[in-house]
Amino acid sequence: MHGQPRKPLRVKDAAAAAAKASNLRDLQSQLLHNHQHRLYTKEAIAASSKLLEINPEIFTVWNYRKLALQQNLKEATDSERIKSLVDDELRAVEIALRANPKSYGAWYHRKWVLSQGLAEVDFDREFRLLDQLLKVDSRNFHGWNYRRFVAKLKGLPEVEELKFTMDMINTNFSNYSAWHSRSGVLSRLLSKKAEGFAEREKILTEEYELVSQALFTDPSDQSGWFYHLWLLDQTITPNEVLLISSWPSHDSDCVLSINGNAAYCKSSEPIRSSYYFMSTGKLPVVLFFNQTVKGVNSSSVTVNSMFAKNEDLVWRPLLPTKSKEAACWVTYLQIPDLQLSDTKVYRVEVKLGHSKDILSSSGSEFNHPLHFRFTLTLNSDSLRDTRGESVDELFVWDDGGSSTLESNDLVSFDQLKLSEDHASAFSKWQLETISNEINLFKELSEENCIFVKLTLARLLIAQDAMLSHTIPPVRLIRLRDVLELYDDLVQLDPRHAGYYEDERSLVIMNQVTFDDKSLSSHLSHSNNYISSKLHPHVCLQLKSLSLTRIGYVERLLWVHTLDLSHNKLRSIAGIEALQLLSNLNLQNNQISSITALEPLKLLSYLRVLDISFNKIGAHSVDTTRYLFSSPLTHSINVKDKKCFEECLQANINVADNWEAIFLFSELHLKQLDVKGNAVADEKFRDLLKKVLPTLTWLDGERL
Amino acid sequence: MGYCKPYGIKFISWTIVGGFAGTIGLDPHLLYTLSAVQILALLNRLDVLDIEMISEYVAGLQNEDGSFSGDMWGEIDTRFSYCAICCLSILHCLDKINVGKAVNYILSCKNLDGGFGATPGGESHAGQIFCCVGTLSITGSLHHVDRDLLGWWLCERQCPDGGLNGRPEKLADVCYSWWVLSSLIMIDRVHWIDKSKLTEYILNCQDSENGGISDRPDNAVDVFHTYFGVAGLSLMEYPGLKPIDPAYALPVDVVNRIFFSKF
Ligand SMILES: [Zn+2]
Repeated sequence: MHGQPRKPLRVKDAAAAAAKASNLRDLQSQLLHNHQHRLYTKEAIAASSKLLEINPEIFTVWNYRKLALQQNLKEATDSERIKSLVDDELRAVEIALRANPKSYGAWYHRKWVLSQGLAEVDFDREFRLLDQLLKVDSRNFHGWNYRRFVAKLKGLPEVEELKFTMDMINTNFSNYSAWHSRSGVLSRLLSKKAEGFAEREKILTEEYELVSQALFTDPSDQSGWFYHLWLLDQTITPNEVLLISSWPSHDSDCVLSINGNAAYCKSSEPIRSSYYFMSTGKLPVVLFFNQTVKGVNSSSVTVNSMFAKNEDLVWRPLLPTKSKEAACWVTYLQIPDLQLSDTKVYRVEVKLGHSKDILSSSGSEFNHPLHFRFTLTLNSDSLRDTRGESVDELFVWDDGGSSTLESNDLVSFDQLKLSEDHASAFSKWQLETISNEINLFKELSEENCIFVKLTLARLLIAQDAMLSHTIPPVRLIRLRDVLELYDDLVQLDPRHAGYYEDERSLVIMNQVTFDDKSLSSHLSHSNNYISSKLHPHVCLQLKSLSLTRIGYVERLLWVHTLDLSHNKLRSIAGIEALQLLSNLNLQNNQISSITALEPLKLLSYLRVLDISFNKIGAHSVDTTRYLFSSPLTHSINVKDKKCFEECLQANINVADNWEAIFLFSELHLKQLDVKGNAVADEKFRDLLKKVLPTLTWLDGERL
Repeated sequence: MGYCKPYGIKFISWTIVGGFAGTIGLDPHLLYTLSAVQILALLNRLDVLDIEMISEYVAGLQNEDGSFSGDMWGEIDTRFSYCAICCLSILHCLDKINVGKAVNYILSCKNLDGGFGATPGGESHAGQIFCCVGTLSITGSLHHVDRDLLGWWLCERQCPDGGLNGRPEKLADVCYSWWVLSSLIMIDRVHWIDKSKLTEYILNCQDSENGGISDRPDNAVDVFHTYFGVAGLSLMEYPGLKPIDPAYALPVDVVNRIFFSKF
């Protein structure tokens, strides 16, 4: 019930309502009787019409009429009779729509009747009906859907539909339905390169002009802004698929030392003298593209090494779902159990793009074959003496007092030296359009219009991203302006503060990871193990930055120790790209459920995890429940989970603890801190010990 | 047909074809079939159902392109995809349909604003978005959604009065508290709206003398908006309410029971 004022029923009204209800009941029982006994006489059908006038929402009445029509058609011999039967149905629909222009049953009945191909369709009548309806309510989506149906039935060219949207927009700029329809028709015409639509850039420029008129007519109207957002997206989508980073990086040297069943890997780039802890000799090779792609496999990527036959390598998308597309992909080179009596150096070469398999979701191809090399040094000497005990030692997070790295400690962060003949991923038109729009909105940004400020922020970020992909990269330090815009927006529009904070967080990540200089001020060298004999770790310190989410992970593929403590992180989505990560500090954040930690399942080297002092267990609503692999989403079969069975036998309440069981049984942690979360009681600790047999340290205590 | 003694509910609207109708004598439809299954799940009496027959009925309504018809007359709508998939999932019978095709049909209804419509090309609408996002959630396919784009469209549904509308430039209405909030929760973007203002709006729609909740403040109350108002408050962790699952529209403990009690 919509739009009925709340008022006490007067006696007179009550009597009228009772009479109406009794009439409706009579008509209904009459219909059910006729339906059941298959009575399709003129009188019976007329009674159903009466019922539809009062309530067109009862599906069964329309079904009855369809059956009646089918029956009566059998007896209809001449075309006049058929036409009149069809007319009766069309009229019944029109009467019903007068009672309720949003009646699903009525609209479908009309579609069904016309689809039977019984009589020639009077298209003028259909378009007249639509004109009348859309005049009364130009946002009636049933009407718009029906218009698409009729246009298709008539075989109306799409250009005509585009014209129609233009007419509707000219009548009223604030018609979201018309803008929506326009975006759909236009993108089909553009992608087909239909006649008159081959010059994409010219058409889009005209659309920018059109939507600007709407925006300046009424800047508080959302319709134009959503259309503008779509145009912006059309403008900044890269034309080509590019590889933007990899691990190991080109020309780097990894030193892998194996001791017992633990191995350490040291990479000469980007940071000298850093060692990577690894469980057994499994070396990840990570590729990061500028957009989501599919088709990364052993035929589109060739890895030449002595460790594995290329065709045996399996590439998997790094997304915590069963997706077949991702921007980030990984494969693992199995380093066999080598008796390390002496140091050996192996070359590995990775070649991409020699087949057309790698495709973006918009259909762009990876067009620039490229290759990169790195060496792998297997070494036994340097670490053997000191490493024996390290596995069992407590890892202590540095409090920030240790020395930060000088930027000359770093080699280069340009992860890939792409070949110089590489075309820019963006055209001159793209760059110019964004720059024009920025100028346009800058003039207006003095006024406190939320959409103007937000659009300007989005444009500046887009421009920065476009220019950082050009070769050589041009970097504009506009990020401070963007942060200011978001600060203003939080003040102006507190309803959406959460959105602005998330966007702001990405800008901060961009700032921090921007180049060697900014990054090095966040790196520290420290001894995290009590036994100082151990090699110092290089830790990326992103503490206390007010981060709510993370981003720009393509610049951080080499990170193995990451301190994100004392932020406002709600989500760690994206962290799965950091395949080398072995120590992660998330202490004092806003993580509110175990399911939010799903990305950790993809980090096979993770050994040390601190999630203490978060909000896990403090909320009854779990916002990542459906982003987590579980039987609820049919992405895990409980029967395949041995640990689940074991928990049942140990009398653990699995219905209340399935999230923890599914998450922690997939991790190989040696050290975990969970204290300071609502969930972390004694029972929970027992559960952890059960599902994490590798655990040595829990909340600072040796198990 | 089935008779649940402890609750005294008679399920005689169960028709011979296996689907449920709205009431006795009417034709069966996916909408009512899902409601019947949800109600029985709530009462923990799914055992009264002939699961084989119902799942055959539902699976029989899948079309070649993966879409679902609401009944034998062939109306297609993403609402019916949700009804079918939610229903089969509760009955542990999703293997009876082609899930991949069903997901692809949903994706063909995705719009350039990140939302979803009733059929390909149909305008984004919060109710329809719930159905599509719900279907993608249940089938573990949320990676197909641009969560930032859709999240922005959804959080822009919050009007200055704190209530949520179903499409741009429309008035707020309590029923969208459910459709919009549940979708925002499924894609982990519910922190992008102001929950306290929405709570206030819903409570303002309550008839403080006679009970019940209406679509807008001072309008006539009805069961429909009362349900959506209470469900919306539950999604915002309003004190004293049981948590409700955003995809199955059932209490969380009921959903956990469906998926974990058998084992
Ligand atoms: Zn409503």
